[in-house]
Amino acid sequence: MGRYVIRRLLQFIPTVLGTMFLLHYMTSLAIQFSGNPVRALFGDRTPDPALLQAITERLGYADPCLDQRGNPCFGLFLDRLQNIFFHFDFGINLRQREVTELVADAIPFTLKLLVIAIVFEAVVGIAAGVLAGLRGGSFTDYLVKISTVFVISVPIFVLGLVVREFVGVKFGNVLRGQDWIPDVIASGMFSPGFKPDYPFASLIIPGMVLGAVSLATTARLTRTSIMENIRADYVRTAKAKGLTNKRVIGVHTLRNSLIPVITFLGVDIGAAMAGAVVTETIFNVPGIGRLVTLSARTGESSVVVGVVTMLVLVVLVANLLVDLLYAVLDPRIRYE
Amino acid sequence: MSDLTSAGTAIGGAPVAGDGPTTDAPGGKERSASLWADARRQLLRDPVFVIALLYILAVGSMAAFPKLWTSQDPRACSTDRSRVSPSGEHPFGFDVLGCDYYAHAIYGARPSMVIAVMATSGIVLFGGVLGLLAGYYGGWVDAVISRVMDIFFSLPFLLGAIVFLTVIKRQNIWTITAVLFLLAWPTIARIIRGSVISSKDLDYVHAAKAVGARNSRLMFRHILPNAIAPMLVYATIVLGSFVAAEATLTFLGVGLQQPAQSWGIMISTHQVYFLDDPWLLLFPCGLLVGTVLSFILMGDALRDALDPKFR
Repeated sequence: MGRYVIRRLLQFIPTVLGTMFLLHYMTSLAIQFSGNPVRALFGDRTPDPALLQAITERLGYADPCLDQRGNPCFGLFLDRLQNIFFHFDFGINLRQREVTELVADAIPFTLKLLVIAIVFEAVVGIAAGVLAGLRGGSFTDYLVKISTVFVISVPIFVLGLVVREFVGVKFGNVLRGQDWIPDVIASGMFSPGFKPDYPFASLIIPGMVLGAVSLATTARLTRTSIMENIRADYVRTAKAKGLTNKRVIGVHTLRNSLIPVITFLGVDIGAAMAGAVVTETIFNVPGIGRLVTLSARTGESSVVVGVVTMLVLVVLVANLLVDLLYAVLDPRIRYE
Repeated sequence: MSDLTSAGTAIGGAPVAGDGPTTDAPGGKERSASLWADARRQLLRDPVFVIALLYILAVGSMAAFPKLWTSQDPRACSTDRSRVSPSGEHPFGFDVLGCDYYAHAIYGARPSMVIAVMATSGIVLFGGVLGLLAGYYGGWVDAVISRVMDIFFSLPFLLGAIVFLTVIKRQNIWTITAVLFLLAWPTIARIIRGSVISSKDLDYVHAAKAVGARNSRLMFRHILPNAIAPMLVYATIVLGSFVAAEATLTFLGVGLQQPAQSWGIMISTHQVYFLDDPWLLLFPCGLLVGTVLSFILMGDALRDALDPKFR
């Protein structure tokens, strides 16, 4: 186990550096080919050169290597790495606020959203997958099969829009017209957007939309892996020695079948963070995702780069933790 | 199509029955055609695949020849017709600016399809070659390429695309294609690498090597044709996800911008009118979901047809 952990940690460092460099090179290339991003803030007006110069320097776009097309700007990259890892500095926005501060304000909402999404997709996805896997060819099986294809093919923003309008507005209006329904449900849970008065209830539906995309994959994965394991020798042994069905399925089969599902759920945190950008924009949740979209729309590239760098670091750490967890769950991996 | 099928059968022969190679395709079940002829026959009998294919052909012809589908000019707008409901002459009604919505939807197919096709061809060529090299040569070539792929994998697709498109500011078909290509090629490379590794130690490859075939001939003539099936399946599915990705980026405000015409723009412009005039949202959403769904179903059908284990 110890050797596996050390090897995995050693692999982690070059991956982090490489991903950061990829992000850095993509932004540098974009700046080199399209000019100073600060100009976008002024729109059609011609900015005062001194002001332009000042903002450019402040945001760290003044480096001369950003004028040479194709130059990887290693010096700038090292500066950025130093800022990030030694000073925990991810840049500032136009009003001189630190990106770390902006993220700190926004993160509670995103975290709640992610927790709701992951819990929803884990509970419903695994339950549906187990039902479908135990009875292959049954009604549940076909239901899972068809709904997975359907959910995969509906882009998350289409799903979000339709849910917001039909569930949040139309159905919500009906509920809000009834007196006997408590406010938490009528105007909290079924509201078309985030409400600061109901910080948890109004995140439930956005969270379910976010979880719906990977719900399908979770169900499919559980189904396949249950179907594989149910024919395994050790399950037959467990049945033969007379264990109850509940124990055979719940302990012997499920435990082994869930290993790939847990890995997927861990890796899915990264995808869910990207999905949160869409969901938070649609439901107006003041989290990290909406921060990214709003800054992208106004052209505040320094905020976008800073926040995405931070998110990528979180995703990489999550992947690392999943790999370590995988080794705990499955002995075959650590004795490699 | 049919003579191609019989040609495949004739080449594969029917040695079990002891017929000569000139035999016409018999109706018996024992015939052993090539993998591709078999797959084609199975696919054409699959109603899901045929319907999905017809849908894609329809959308493709909208993208290539929009004039076939509509004679209206999507730019002929007049605000006094703003949001007029669908009627016989204008089946999708008018959008908020009073432009013919059906014509807009037809012309809107082009950017999505062009982006999806260009980005997919890019990742198939580039990712395919890198995956082939990594799988065939192994050793340090494989180590380098695989590490680079790991790095691209750890950048979540949507986040990377948002960063690049925000900074570059020029959000047109070319930049969107470039970013989709850049962030998606490792998946294809990984698939090809896997299937090359599993087929490079097979007997026929050793035989070809023994006869003195060069590396390039081994790769392109012997290994690649047998490793290409999984890539084809994935490429079909990825076409659909690129159509969806273009619409998502446009919706977030970092994709195509007005006055370009695309389904993503139609959806994001009209989302606020959903309650009054739901058709403004349902038509573009329907077209978009139909396209993505068709590509995914085609990919699934291809996988079943190309994998002999399912027969």
